[in-house]
Amino acid sequence: MPSPPVVHVAAIRKTYGRTVAVDEVSFNVQPGEIFGLIGPNGAGKTTTMECVEGLRVPDRGAISVLGLDPARNRHALQERIGVQLQEAQLQKRIKVIEAVGLWASLYQKPLDGDRLIEQLGLSDKRNAWFMTLSGGQKQRLFIALALINDPEVVFLDELTTGLDPQARRAIWDLVRGIRQRGKTVLLTTHLMEEAERLCDRVAIIDHGRIIDIGAPAELVLRHCPERTVFVATDDVTAAERFRALPQVQSVVSDPSTALGAGGQLIIRGQGDLVTEVIHCLAEHRIRVTDFRTEVPTLEDVFLKLTGHLIRD
Amino acid sequence: MLRGLWQLTWLEIKIFAREPLGLVGSIAFPVLIFVVLRRATGSVRGVAALPRFVSVDLPVFASVMIAASAVLSLVAIIAIYREGGILKRLRATPLRPHTILTAHVLVKLLFTAVTLGALIMVGRRIYPVDAGVPLLSYTVALLFSTASLISLGFVLASVVPTARFAQPIGSLALYPMLGFSGLFVPVESLPPMLQAIARALPLTYAVSLLRGIWHGEGWAAHASDAAILALMFLIFTAIATKVFRWE
Ligand SMILES: Nc1ncnc2c1ncn2[C@@H]1O[C@H](COP(=O)(O)OP(=O)(O)OP(=O)(O)O)[C@@H](O)[C@H]1O
Ligand SMILES: [Mg+2]
Repeated sequence: MPSPPVVHVAAIRKTYGRTVAVDEVSFNVQPGEIFGLIGPNGAGKTTTMECVEGLRVPDRGAISVLGLDPARNRHALQERIGVQLQEAQLQKRIKVIEAVGLWASLYQKPLDGDRLIEQLGLSDKRNAWFMTLSGGQKQRLFIALALINDPEVVFLDELTTGLDPQARRAIWDLVRGIRQRGKTVLLTTHLMEEAERLCDRVAIIDHGRIIDIGAPAELVLRHCPERTVFVATDDVTAAERFRALPQVQSVVSDPSTALGAGGQLIIRGQGDLVTEVIHCLAEHRIRVTDFRTEVPTLEDVFLKLTGHLIRD
Repeated sequence: MLRGLWQLTWLEIKIFAREPLGLVGSIAFPVLIFVVLRRATGSVRGVAALPRFVSVDLPVFASVMIAASAVLSLVAIIAIYREGGILKRLRATPLRPHTILTAHVLVKLLFTAVTLGALIMVGRRIYPVDAGVPLLSYTVALLFSTASLISLGFVLASVVPTARFAQPIGSLALYPMLGFSGLFVPVESLPPMLQAIARALPLTYAVSLLRGIWHGEGWAAHASDAAILALMFLIFTAIATKVFRWE
């Protein structure tokens, strides 16, 4: 029997006045997974997250987190979850160590604050005021605060927005570390790369509704099965041979390259196209001067499903 | 139930003290005004020539100003904390909502008491306090009045749209109250309309209570002032509970 989900969301709806922020949203988060809510600005990610955290009460639908109803058992739940809010701040002149100390004092079984500060690379900022921290340092402090009670589930709302690629990667490692310690993570992001690299499963959400849920690779396969292979070759028989392959849909020569000598062929197809092309090249000993593949990403899935780019 | 209250209060005290003008603004500044006002008027011979709020009510006037600035500062802090998402972040912890707000009230009451203390110490040389003035009782009366005003401050803090407007809107609400409070013009000599307004404002009762205690009339003589302040505290707190916005 599969273990019960850590987070169970069933058909929730939340409106602000006449704006329907979230509608008919349902998903489950399994123990030990990193689950991502992805979608463009205003899609309803934060609203969904805050309903799950017990900070907002949905108009309709049901939520259970660790078996508790977040709206009714908020205080019992706060003890067991860790929360990082989008765009939160702290008192300008609170020191890092004071914030961690305060948070530690609020929970029954806190982790060692000093160790946590060290693990998050904030040791030399222990006595710095919040207002003097860089964006990445603030973000790491918020992650520390979200982890101080050794929570069973961690909620991270846009944890790498505004960070440079290096800081982003460091934070990804941190989140993977959280999973490694057996915790469950629910995060939101509008960075497709982040979702693809970090999440075990994602839910694509747009205009308050979930469009599809699955592992990133699974979603790509389901919605964007097309594959493209670029082959540069002098072999004039190559195009014909590729056309004969079962998965190939079209072979055209790239008009931007010279025909014949070193010309590039664009092979479009589906499924196992890349393997087929490679076998074909080997079998017919076709000489290749360049070889490149193009596999769709989550971004392409998103474009296809929602009809617009994530950053629109 | 009060988990974190002392930690949060202590932290907020430290944070407030770190603000530029935090301590200076809340303690040194009122003391300075008091001293200057007293110096400037102290040389005037004939007490009758001075306005009553300087000659008789200077301690009450100064105390009311301390309370008013405590309330204004609270309104501003709440607005800033809300705008910055600090309130929201604190609420996403096991802290109870009222614990978060109580911490701020305690900080303000503490600074009110400390400022009053500083005022009396510094002012002692130029404004000798009668041995008969019950200072402890007076401090309690001031804190009691401040608490009542603070509850009104929470209602204000709920309606100010942004942190930028907190100070001006707060002043706009508070300073006219000062005009009707009976500190400058006795309430009885106001036109009936204004008298009615004055009687609806907490500051009027605060002034009456403070004045009475300072002049040794005792709590019994001002039980109605105290009762009304307590009632207003309950009413404003109830309203604030309904309309308070965390984000
Ligand atoms: N407090 C609020 N009052 C009114 N409308 C709101 C409020 N919060 C969110 N909304 C609206 O609800 C919708 C969903 O907002 P939400 O913050 O959940 O989106 P999001 O997916 O988190 O977006 P982002 O990527 O920008 O953070 C938006 O249309 C937004 O304008
Ligand atoms: Mg958001």
